[in-house]
Amino acid sequence: MSTDAKLSAPAVDRPAAPARLPVWTLSIVAVLVAAAALIGLAVLGGQSLPERNGPPVEELAVERTVLRPQVIELTVRNTGPDPVQIAQVFVNDAFVGVTGGTQPIGRLDTATLRLDYPWQDGQPYLVSMLTSTGVVVEHEIPAAVLTPSPGSVLGLMALLGTYVGIIPVALGMFVLPLLRRVSPTVVRVLLALTVGLLGYLALDGGLEALELGGASSGAYGGPALVLLGSALAFLALTLVDRLLRGRRQRAASAGASGLRLAMMIAIGIGLHNLGEGLAIGSAYAVGELALGAFLVIGFALHNTTEGIAIVAPLAKDRPSLVQLGGLGLIAGAPAIAGAMLGAAVNSSELSAFLLGVGVGAIAQVIVQIAPALRGRAGQLLNPTAIGGITAGVLIMYVTGLLVAA
Amino acid sequence: MLGSAGAALGAAALLDPTSAGAADDGTGQVPEPGHGGGVNGPTFRVGETVDHVANGFQPTEILRDFDYGKVSTAADGRTVREWEVLATDRDIEVAPGVRFPAWTFNSRIPGPTLRCREGDLLRVRFVNNSAHPHTMHFHGIHPAEMDGVPLVGRGVILPGESFTYTFDAEPFGLHLYHCHVGPLAEHIARGMYGTFIVDPPADRPPADEMVMVMHGFNTTFDGEGNQLYAVNGIPFHYMHEPIQVRRGELVRIYLVNILEYDPINSFHLHGNFFDYYPTGTRLEPSEFTDTVIQAQGQRGICEVRFPYPGRYMFHAHKTEFADLGWMGFFEVSDG
Repeated sequence: MSTDAKLSAPAVDRPAAPARLPVWTLSIVAVLVAAAALIGLAVLGGQSLPERNGPPVEELAVERTVLRPQVIELTVRNTGPDPVQIAQVFVNDAFVGVTGGTQPIGRLDTATLRLDYPWQDGQPYLVSMLTSTGVVVEHEIPAAVLTPSPGSVLGLMALLGTYVGIIPVALGMFVLPLLRRVSPTVVRVLLALTVGLLGYLALDGGLEALELGGASSGAYGGPALVLLGSALAFLALTLVDRLLRGRRQRAASAGASGLRLAMMIAIGIGLHNLGEGLAIGSAYAVGELALGAFLVIGFALHNTTEGIAIVAPLAKDRPSLVQLGGLGLIAGAPAIAGAMLGAAVNSSELSAFLLGVGVGAIAQVIVQIAPALRGRAGQLLNPTAIGGITAGVLIMYVTGLLVAA
Repeated sequence: MLGSAGAALGAAALLDPTSAGAADDGTGQVPEPGHGGGVNGPTFRVGETVDHVANGFQPTEILRDFDYGKVSTAADGRTVREWEVLATDRDIEVAPGVRFPAWTFNSRIPGPTLRCREGDLLRVRFVNNSAHPHTMHFHGIHPAEMDGVPLVGRGVILPGESFTYTFDAEPFGLHLYHCHVGPLAEHIARGMYGTFIVDPPADRPPADEMVMVMHGFNTTFDGEGNQLYAVNGIPFHYMHEPIQVRRGELVRIYLVNILEYDPINSFHLHGNFFDYYPTGTRLEPSEFTDTVIQAQGQRGICEVRFPYPGRYMFHAHKTEFADLGWMGFFEVSDG
């Protein structure tokens, strides 16, 4: 409003200017003209174009597969432009009794099909949905396993999130006392190492997100969701950073700088762990993840480095235990929430979006840390930084190999 | 009074393990026309059948529907048989809720069963009322110009045109006819086929005779196998409506395989054995068996008597075809 006032003020002062309509009136007129044009286009333009040639476009995406004894339950979404009627269903080349989905499914609507089928544990199944026009839409179940009820796995997912999120991050933070005794150069190396770690996480999460997005139905954008999540997270974290900077300036405390950076890193890693937890929970829910010791150890080693990344900027600070605990929770606890959500919802779109959020968050954090890498000559990519970044990338690559998921 | 009676009935239902949930526990009788489901085998959505009236044909009627044509006697004393067969384009409900844009002979799948005796003079007037070019190609012994293939004799019969195929009925046996216009597999798979029976000069022994044409529907038109398999038009039909036969009576099955996109088909009968006459061209059976294999275009006659009453399944022993619709029941009674 204040901007409007400033802009309109000179116009009023101009002597020869005719009487002008207020801005809000012009806005309404513009909206009305646009609406009228669109309505006209919809009515007339739609009639002037021919109908689409060829048969109806029938696209279905299975969003959720639930396996109960003798029953396979599919939640199917129509991702195409035309209504789809699933007439019959066959599983591994045998027609099966079906209930549900007796009405045509409208665009973006869903239907739940219950298939009466004596599936066997661990076996692959191909579900073929035969539509009213004879089109077959296939859905693959790579290995059938009993779907745990969401309630029964929430505790398990909380435990899993703690193992792969909170404990490793906390372990990593234990290097803080060591950091306090080393030279500023070593701290710079560690910060560079952090950049390498985070860069690898961003790449890894981004690739996984794109893969999930590509595998999803695409009705909600698929890979575009990943970019959307990244961009939103980057902008949101930049905003958080600006707010934190504002507070720091008011406090005029030099010591808060390290804590602010640590906080930003923790938030970025936390958002990444949310997406990672979601992917783990989803994979477990569909039976694609073995929760062995190997997975836990692998993630622990992998994520311990995240703890180091958080405390790296704190070498010169004296954060309280509560502050440290808070940072650890911010970074690690989202893994719990993610795993629970993933086990309950199991949506590849949501996983892709949240992994994208993690990528954007990490990218923002790297931007935050980068200035601290400058050497005495003021170069960003000095030998120390390059060495640290390289080491960070390699550490993540090697520990990533330990995660067989 | 009523209330207490109702309560007592409810209690009885709870106590009686066979009454509660008998319809859906898989072991009890499922109300007709349902069959299968879960461990009880393949089925369409339970309780759903196709609309035979809208389709214009009924597989149970096709079974024993023999068309002997319009019969007359030529000057030389030969029997002359004349038919008119129309090619039409029709949407057929091939499974409950599934429409198949079919090309048909006389608006049914399979086309009419044309039946004659060896030595008869046959005149088949073919009228193409379809939007596509077609022919009628008969298996049998006849001159080249009556073969119903493109570029030979009259060749392709264009939409709106007609042609009378004239030839002698030979040899006796079980044959078939189908369209022979390219792309051939599609013209056949769309539904353009039927049975052509030439009886031997002396009748075969009296029997309850029926035709079974084994075929499929490639509803996706990808030419890679079929989504539905059937005998006489509609998958699983004889599961809903078992074929009624009498105990001890000779049953003669004219079995034809015109399945496209799969190399072989087969026929297996439960609880019994049958005499098999390949192509029906000899009066002595070649085999006493309960399973035969037929490649594309092969056919043969099965003769069987059912010694016991009850329901006996028959299906392709290529089990995938059975699971996708090619199965049915005989119901043997003492009538």
